[in-house]
Amino acid sequence: MTDHEHKDDAVPAKKVKAGKGTDAAKAESPEAESPTAESKAESTKATGTTGASVTPEDAAPARGAGGLASSGTAAGEPELEKQPPKAFLEVRDLRVHFPTQDGLVKSVDGLSFSLEKGKTLGIVGESGSGKSVTSLGLMGLHTVGQYGRQRPHLSGEIWLNGQELLTADPDEMRKLRGREISMIFQDPLSALHPFFTVGDQIVEAYRVHHKVDKKAARRRAIELLDRVGIPEPAKRFSSYPHEFSGGMRQRAMIAMSLVNNPELLIADEPTTALDVTVQAQILDLIRDLQQEFGSAVIIITHDLGVVAELSDDILVMYGGRCVEYGTAEKVFYEPQHPYTWGLLGSMPRIDRDRADRLIPVKGSPPSLINIPQGCAFNPRCPYADVPAGGVTRTERPELRETQPGHLSACHMEPEDRQRIWTEEIVPKL
Amino acid sequence: MAVSAVAVATLFATSACGGGDSDSDSAGGKFNAGINKVANASDKKGGTLKFIGVQDADSWDTTRMYYGFAFDFARFYSRQLVSYTPEPGAKAIDLKPDLAKDNAKITNDGKTYKYELKDGLKWEDGKPITSEDVKYGIERQWAQKTLSGGPTYLKDVLDPDGKWKGPYEEKGDFEGIKTPDDKTIEFHLAERNGDFEQMLAMPTNSPVREDKDAKSKYALKPFSSGPYKFQSYTPNKGLTLVRNKNWDKKTDPLRKALPDQVKVTLLTNADERDKRLINGDADLDLNQRGMDSQGRATALKQHKGNVDNPQSGFISYVAFPQSVKPFNNIHCRKAAIYGTDHKSVQTARGGPMAGGDISTNMLPPVVPGYDKNDDQYGMRDNGGKANVAKAKEELKKCGKPNGFSTTLAVRNTDKSDMKSSEAIQASLKKVGIKVEIDAFDGAQGSSIVGNQQKVKDKNYGMVLYGWGPDFPSGQGYGIELWHSSKIRDNANNNYALIDDKKIDEGLDEAIAELDPEKAATKYAEVNKNVMAGAYYLPLTNLKVVQWRSDRLTNVYSAQSFSGWYDFASLGVK
Amino acid sequence: MLTYLIRRLFAVAVMLVVIILAVFCIFFLIPKWTGTDPATMFVGKQADKESIEGIRQKLQLDDPVLVQLFEFFKGIFFGRDYVGGGDTTHCSAPCFGYSFRSEQEIWPVLTDRLPVTLSLALGAAIIWLLIGLSVGVLSALKRGSLWDRLAMTGALAGVSLPVYFTGLLSLAVFAYQFDLVANSFTPFGENVSKWFSGMILPWITLAFLFGAMYARLTRATMLEVMGEDYIRTARAKGLKEPVVIGKHAMRSTMTPILTLLGIDIGALMGGAILTETTFSIPGLGQAVLKAINERDLPLILGVTLITATAVVIANLIVDLLYGVIDPRVRLG
Repeated sequence: MTDHEHKDDAVPAKKVKAGKGTDAAKAESPEAESPTAESKAESTKATGTTGASVTPEDAAPARGAGGLASSGTAAGEPELEKQPPKAFLEVRDLRVHFPTQDGLVKSVDGLSFSLEKGKTLGIVGESGSGKSVTSLGLMGLHTVGQYGRQRPHLSGEIWLNGQELLTADPDEMRKLRGREISMIFQDPLSALHPFFTVGDQIVEAYRVHHKVDKKAARRRAIELLDRVGIPEPAKRFSSYPHEFSGGMRQRAMIAMSLVNNPELLIADEPTTALDVTVQAQILDLIRDLQQEFGSAVIIITHDLGVVAELSDDILVMYGGRCVEYGTAEKVFYEPQHPYTWGLLGSMPRIDRDRADRLIPVKGSPPSLINIPQGCAFNPRCPYADVPAGGVTRTERPELRETQPGHLSACHMEPEDRQRIWTEEIVPKL
Repeated sequence: MAVSAVAVATLFATSACGGGDSDSDSAGGKFNAGINKVANASDKKGGTLKFIGVQDADSWDTTRMYYGFAFDFARFYSRQLVSYTPEPGAKAIDLKPDLAKDNAKITNDGKTYKYELKDGLKWEDGKPITSEDVKYGIERQWAQKTLSGGPTYLKDVLDPDGKWKGPYEEKGDFEGIKTPDDKTIEFHLAERNGDFEQMLAMPTNSPVREDKDAKSKYALKPFSSGPYKFQSYTPNKGLTLVRNKNWDKKTDPLRKALPDQVKVTLLTNADERDKRLINGDADLDLNQRGMDSQGRATALKQHKGNVDNPQSGFISYVAFPQSVKPFNNIHCRKAAIYGTDHKSVQTARGGPMAGGDISTNMLPPVVPGYDKNDDQYGMRDNGGKANVAKAKEELKKCGKPNGFSTTLAVRNTDKSDMKSSEAIQASLKKVGIKVEIDAFDGAQGSSIVGNQQKVKDKNYGMVLYGWGPDFPSGQGYGIELWHSSKIRDNANNNYALIDDKKIDEGLDEAIAELDPEKAATKYAEVNKNVMAGAYYLPLTNLKVVQWRSDRLTNVYSAQSFSGWYDFASLGVK
Repeated sequence: MLTYLIRRLFAVAVMLVVIILAVFCIFFLIPKWTGTDPATMFVGKQADKESIEGIRQKLQLDDPVLVQLFEFFKGIFFGRDYVGGGDTTHCSAPCFGYSFRSEQEIWPVLTDRLPVTLSLALGAAIIWLLIGLSVGVLSALKRGSLWDRLAMTGALAGVSLPVYFTGLLSLAVFAYQFDLVANSFTPFGENVSKWFSGMILPWITLAFLFGAMYARLTRATMLEVMGEDYIRTARAKGLKEPVVIGKHAMRSTMTPILTLLGIDIGALMGGAILTETTFSIPGLGQAVLKAINERDLPLILGVTLITATAVVIANLIVDLLYGVIDPRVRLG
């Protein structure tokens, strides 16, 4: 759990492939990780903006560094007592590393953020950026059923309601799952068991945390099915997932995740597998339910448009790290990072000619085994040469506050950024 | 008994392991205690005699059986007019009256045989056995369309032209057998035949009562005239015989009938059979073909006292079909005979103990007339080695000084035949005869090597086969193999296609000879002529390694059954 | 459901007829192709032409194949008579042919031997399912562990070692050397405990072979299933791991296993020839082995039909069970 481990983790040669999550990281070279990468700024702490998060000053005072972009605990520094934060959910310096045959896959490598109850955080990034790994990390699902060498390494802290989850007893963690934290998955067809009825699956989710008889659980399940807008819920209770439409399945999935009134709801690409028209309905439903249940919500998506509408804050991930963080308004309307610009370009627009449109990010996500030196985004960044002296290739940019409550990790000077944004990007939006 | 010979040879495999005599005196006795003497002589009655086998009888219907062990076993539930003497070795061949009061009264220049039945003979249901029953039992062999499979010697002797259609198709009395009264039966032969009583002794000629004749299904439950009767029988699984209460020991001096029950268990696996024999689960092998290589090795090493190594009546040999060139030329046949290395063939068959001694002529040692010194090709003198110089000389005389090519047909079902064929191939190669081995389906032999056209088409210049006597005489062994009248287009056994006047006449004369000793001399002469004609290449006189359990009493190998144990005398401790 | 069942049963019947047709034609043609005459195999070595003809006539070997086929089907429903040589051999319905080699009707042979083979196959199946599933599941869960490697090495041995080797070895050790179990088969009706004692080794031997295959299949399937999204969902619900595996994962893992089980048990009905020979169990396998050796075509035909029927019926049962296990397979 400490940084000491990181050095050892550089040793590759694992016979077995890592479990879930590694598919996002296409290991390309078995080359051992450069130990010098360690000494670079390796943790990125993104902290607060409006409402949803704590201010930088409040964040992790025990970590010593009060700065916006403080580095992690250096090796050798005496470890200080972990202090529970004030925020409902606070993630500090989360790292999720998967040992594979080709080397250590650093799917999440120093991620920090916080979230208050009743607020929504959007995590945006391409596939392979580490967002889903983050969500499973919050659920504590990386280590369940994983034994021996393929077991992923997790470090950092996850505080939920004053309880640290990474060091929690596995059975304690299991009891939290589904009750305190629950999750809506991307593809409800594959996420629901094909051999059990929808109703039974919801009942099961309820009864594992509540000692009630089947009848009561059934009533509860039907109530939830009704609430998420499934017509004739008592009848549909006995239907199998394959008998539902895509949207219905996702509604059922949502009903299942809400059945225990969770305090934190994680929605991992909840609309990706759905029709466009249904997408909007599901997003509306999530928003309504959040207001009704008052949970904290994390929405994970590659679609900036989705979170812009729904979220209070947005966190943009790239290569397992946060590259931009701020209120939804700031990130969406005044993005500071070239990668975020690219994401804006990826949003489908039908009102513009092809030639006119902002070009989406080219190339593919970086290998999480050999993260490029310097800025992880530099090989794909159209403006990699704007900062002087090729600094993007040698130094990793710190996460810095460019405006109050708006952070980004880019070497470009604020003037250059402003210029490119107004002159090159905005006209194409 | 060609069919049994097939199977005999199958079970000889790899080499016999001599082993030590650590246990040569076991509770069962000594090694070879059952050869020429009686092992564990006893008159103790009771118990269950347990047979184990890997092959069911071809049929338990006395008319239809041809396997040697079936003949042997049939005497448990059937009696004949005359039967074999219950004594070891050669004495067994002597025929004693069984149902008959006395041996035949032969009149009419040896063409009429008359018997009178004993008093007090009863069927298993208590009704008397009459001469009519004996007649009917014998006549059944005319019904070949329904009751196929068995030998038809009596039919051939009494009705050589096949005028009568048999009891199923033609009502009315057959002229060849007469029953003037319930106790008397007369046989009228077309020709004199010195072996007629030997033929009569075959269980083929047991009485069958007409009202109990289930025709083709009679095999499932034969009606008993002997000391035991069928209690149950499931083909290929096993059978149980129990005492026939209506059998009277006083009328039957030939059968000891010691056990209360006779049980047969049938398996499919020879190794397992041997294991159970050695383990004491069964007393002896029903099929009497000797143990398989693995069991043989264990038995000889650890339980030699339970083992007998009798001489069987089977010869394994190569026939030269004269229809296939160049074997129409006697010198080419002689070349192949001289060129074959007998020692290597013997080794291929499992050595002297399991493969048997090298045979130098075509009569088996259990048949009267066998002459050990008949070694015209000097096989024994040469130590079993090939005589290459002689072979080359014969090749020159044949006009093939550089040798020739031919095909050797061998049964694919027979492991040691297959190995022998390779040994022959190797030794003949040295004299310039190139042999191609063609393995044929052993179960289809009669329509492959027994089919003249096929033999020609496939160019089978050599046929590797085995043969044993149907009854212990030169006729019982040789007539099918040597007589020109036995050449058939299909289902032929005279593979060499011998059509030799001297041999035909010699056989006819020997058959007509009523004095057994004189007949034996004549058969020896015929055998000499067969060898002189170089029609056959004899290989080995098969021996078997036979298991005899500790409990078994009155065990002896009898020449009446090709050297196998006389089942009807056996008892258990 | 009922209409489905009727439809399937009808399909089964059609299939069996097709199988009979195919097998019958093959058996009709084999002697023609190989140029052998079944009749000569039934006669003695001194047979004359006339008796061979008589047998051909009684066995109806000279009739056209269609007539023979018709007679065969007629026999199944009404029985049939073989007439010739002054003898009439009756074969009562259901007559699946008559073996002139052993002079018995085929149907009683099959009904006599089928239960033996069935008890061998089912007993072994219970053992191999228990072993295969538990070893496979444990191996999948502890993938890469020492246990996994040992188990999979054992499974490889099980798959590659022939039955007669393992069978003979176990017989030598447990039946002959230590005398723990019976070395021979006893019919169930004769003595139940002896029957059981005699069946233990055959069951285990057969189960070792199949258990190894099932362990490998279970492991592979389980690994795949454990990677499914719905397993993650089950865990996300907070279910205990035994429930996740025992309920959610096993249910899916069973599907391919069940398919294989249906086929395997069906195929074993044709006789576990090696096992039955090794342990001398008088089942269908021994019967068919004998029949093949003796070219007893009617018996071979009968056993072939039994096997085909068993496979078809086993598959029908598997399909019905599918409907129970996997609701996506709707029957109707």
